Amino acid sequence: MSPTNPISRDSLRRCVSAPTGTTSEAPQPFALADAPLGQAFVVVEVGGERGFRRRLMELGLVPGTEVTVKKVAPLGDPLELVTRGCSLSIRTSEARAVRIIARV
Amino acid sequence: MASHPTYARIALLGNPNTGKTTLFNQLTGARARVGNYPGVTVERRSGRMTVGGREAEVVDLPGTYSLTARSPEEQLAIEHVLGMHEAPPDLVVVVVDAGQLVRNFYLVIQLIELEVPLIVALNMLDEVADAPDHQAIGRLLGVPVVPIRAKTNRGLAALTEAIAVGLAKPSFGSVKVDYPEALEADAAAVVQALPEGWGQGKPKRELGLALWALGSVDEHDELRGITPELRAACIERQAVSGRDVDTESITARYRFLDAHVTPLVRARAPGTVPTTTERIDRVLLHPIWGFAVFIAIMLTVFQSLFSWASPAITRIESAVSWLGTNLTQHLPAGVLTDLLVEGVLGGVGNVIVFLPQILLLFLFIGVLEDSGYMARAAYLMDRIMRALGLHGRAFVPMLSGCACAIPAIMATRTMERHRDRLLTMLVIPLMTCSARLPVYTLVIGALFPPSRVFGIVPVQGLLMVFMYLFSTLMALLAAGVLGRTVVRGRRIPLLIELPPYRMPTWQSVVRQMSERATSFLKEAGTMILACTIVLWGLLSFPRHDAVTLRAAPPEMLATEDKRPRTEASETSVAPTVNVRSERLTHSYGAKLGRAIEPAIKPLGFDWKIGVGLIGAFAAREVFVSTMGLVYGIGDADQSSEPLREKMRAESKDGKPAYSPLTGLSLMLFFALACQCMSTLAVVKRETRSYRWPAFLFVYMTSLAWVTSFLVFQLGTKLGF
Repeated sequence: MSPTNPISRDSLRRCVSAPTGTTSEAPQPFALADAPLGQAFVVVEVGGERGFRRRLMELGLVPGTEVTVKKVAPLGDPLELVTRGCSLSIRTSEARAVRIIARV
Repeated sequence: MASHPTYARIALLGNPNTGKTTLFNQLTGARARVGNYPGVTVERRSGRMTVGGREAEVVDLPGTYSLTARSPEEQLAIEHVLGMHEAPPDLVVVVVDAGQLVRNFYLVIQLIELEVPLIVALNMLDEVADAPDHQAIGRLLGVPVVPIRAKTNRGLAALTEAIAVGLAKPSFGSVKVDYPEALEADAAAVVQALPEGWGQGKPKRELGLALWALGSVDEHDELRGITPELRAACIERQAVSGRDVDTESITARYRFLDAHVTPLVRARAPGTVPTTTERIDRVLLHPIWGFAVFIAIMLTVFQSLFSWASPAITRIESAVSWLGTNLTQHLPAGVLTDLLVEGVLGGVGNVIVFLPQILLLFLFIGVLEDSGYMARAAYLMDRIMRALGLHGRAFVPMLSGCACAIPAIMATRTMERHRDRLLTMLVIPLMTCSARLPVYTLVIGALFPPSRVFGIVPVQGLLMVFMYLFSTLMALLAAGVLGRTVVRGRRIPLLIELPPYRMPTWQSVVRQMSERATSFLKEAGTMILACTIVLWGLLSFPRHDAVTLRAAPPEMLATEDKRPRTEASETSVAPTVNVRSERLTHSYGAKLGRAIEPAIKPLGFDWKIGVGLIGAFAAREVFVSTMGLVYGIGDADQSSEPLREKMRAESKDGKPAYSPLTGLSLMLFFALACQCMSTLAVVKRETRSYRWPAFLFVYMTSLAWVTSFLVFQLGTKLGF
C-alpha cells in the first residue's frame, strides 16, 4: 500500500467485522503494540485520547502510512517507532490503540 | 491595541529540532529580550534585526508540529500568528527541516490556510543526500522558499533579502487541499459561529479558523477565548453522524503532501533514519551501555554542580566579604554602613552566589538538549519516572536538586507542560541540597556520639545516608500525593520525537546560559535582595546603644568607635562578635524566635534554635553561623568545636537540653521545611504568581512540623 492511497475507514470496518472464513486470506489488522520488531506495517487506524491521536497523526502517522517498531526501551516501555523517516516514541499502552496491517 | 509600531514584526515558527533558535540567534545577533506571553508561563524571546534599512522585531515562537491546540501553551502559536493579543506579525518565517520535509510542511499548510504573510526557510540541506527542489516547492505553495544553513550562516543574506521583499510585498501562498465534502460543510457551519473579529472578513482565513476550531475545540480542551457558541458549534459538528473530523482533515492534508511534496524529495526511502544516528543509538539506547552512559552523564552533571562549582562560589563569597570589609573600613560606622554592607552587599552576594551552578547546569542542559540526547534520556527513564508520577524530563531537575534547588527549579523549563513543570518544582526543594549539609554536619557532630553500629558502621555516617534516602523518598511521595491532588491534570500520553544527533552550537548554548543567568539576576535576584535586607533588619534591630553598651566593656567600645578603621585585624573580631551576638539576641528576630518557641517546643527546639531557624531563612547553612552568634562564637562553621561544645553543654533542668532525639527532630525539620527564601523567589519567578511559592512554603513547613512533632513526641515517650 503506498502512502498516497490510504485505506478508508469503511474498508477497515469491513476488515474488522468480516466473519473469519469468508475473507480468511485477507490480512487481519492488529495492534501496533504486538508488531514484531523491525518489520514494516501499514497503519489502518489511530485510536486513543483525542489530543494524543491527533498529535500522532499530525506527525505523519495517518492511515495508509508505513510504520516500523524499531526498538523497545531497555525497561520494556516505551517503544521506538519509525515512520516517514522520523523516530518517535510512544508507550505500549497507547500503541495498543493503533491498528496496523501487513503490507500488501 | 497600542499605536502601530514603526518597526516591522517578524515571527519565527517551526517544528522542534529544526534549528529555528539557531536561525533566530543568527538573525538577531547578540541580544534577545526575554519576556512573557500574556497569560501563560511561556517565555517570549524577541530580538532586533535590520532588514531593508528598517528595524524589525523578531519573535522566536516555541517549536510546534501543528497549530492545533489543546492547552493555552499550545494555543500561543496561533494567537501570536493571528495577532489576537498584540499586533499581528508583518511576516511569518517558517523554518523547515529539509530532512523532514513532508511533516514540516504540514505546519506550512495550516499557515497558508490562515492567510498569513509567509516565507519558508529550508534548513539543514547539508544533512540530506539529495536536496529537494526548493523552487518547485515555492511554485507549488505560492510562497518564497529560501534554502539556508543556520549553523554556518549560509543563505542568511538571501533570507534577509527575502524577508525585506516579504515585508514590502507579502505572499500568502495558496494550497488546495481536497477535503471531504462533509468536512467542508462542517467548516462552513463553524464559520458562522466564529467570534467577532477572528476572521477579519477574510473568507479564506475564516475557513482555516473553522478547520482549526474543529480540530482543537471540544468539551475537554483548556483553550482561552473560545466563545460558548463556537464550542457548541464544534461539538455539534463533531457529533454529526459520528464522523471523525480529525482523521478526515489530517489525512486530507497528508494526502496532498504525499501527492505533491513527496515527489520533490529525492531523498532516502521511507522507514530509514540517518545511519550515524542509528549507530550512536545502538550504544546509547543499549540495555547495558545505554544505562551506563546515562548514569555517567548524570553523575557528571551532579558532580559539576556539587563540587566543580564550589571554587567559583568560594571566590564570589570571598570577593563579597573583601568588599564588605573594605566598605566598613572606609565608610563611617553606623546603621547606613551596616545596611549597605550586611543588607545590600550581603543580598547581592546571596544572589550571585547561585550563578556558577546556574551557568554550569544550563551548559549541560544546552548540550544535552541540542545534541538530541535529552529525548533519549526521557525515553530510557520513562518507565521509572512514570511509575513515580513524574515527567521523563523531570530527572535532570530532580537530580540537580541534590546540589541546589535554585538551578534545578529553573531547569524544569525543559518540560513543555505547565502542570509537569509545577509538580516538579514543588517537590525539588525536598531533595537534600548542599546547603543542608553544614546543618546536618553540625547537628550530627554535636549531638550524636561517634560510636559504631556492629562495631564497624559509624553512626554519624549512617545518619547522613539516612537523611539522603529520607529526603528522596519524601520527594517521590510528595510527587505522588500532589500529582493526584493539588496539581492534578489529565494524564498526557508520552509522545516524543527522537531527533537525529547533532553537534550543539556553542552560540546557542552560551546564549541560553546567559539568558537564564540574566533573567535570574533580574527577576529572582531583586526578590532575594529584598528578603536579605528585611532579614538583616529583623536580626539587627532594635539597636539601642544600651544594648551595645551592656554588651561590650568600655575599652572594647573605644576600639570599636575611635580606632581608625584601616586594619582588618583579628583583634577587632572579638568585640564585634560580642556586639553582634548581643544585638542578635536582643533583636526582633530573637523576639520572634522566643515568640515561636511555644510552636517549636513540641519539636524539642528552644528559642535559640528558633532564632537559628529564622536566620536560616536566608539560606539553610546560615543556621550554623546564626547559632554561632547566639552562643557568642564568631564565624562558626559546621565543624566548629566551641559551638558543638556549647550545644552539648546547653542544659535544662540539669539535663542536656539538646539530646540526640532533638538532633534528629531538627534534621528532619531541615530536610522538609522550606527554609530558603531564594527557592521561594525562583518559584515565584517561574510560576509568575505568589500563590505557588506560598503553597510551597505552607505545605513543606507543615510537613516538617508534623514529622518532627511525631518523631520527637514518640521518641520522648519511648524514653530516648
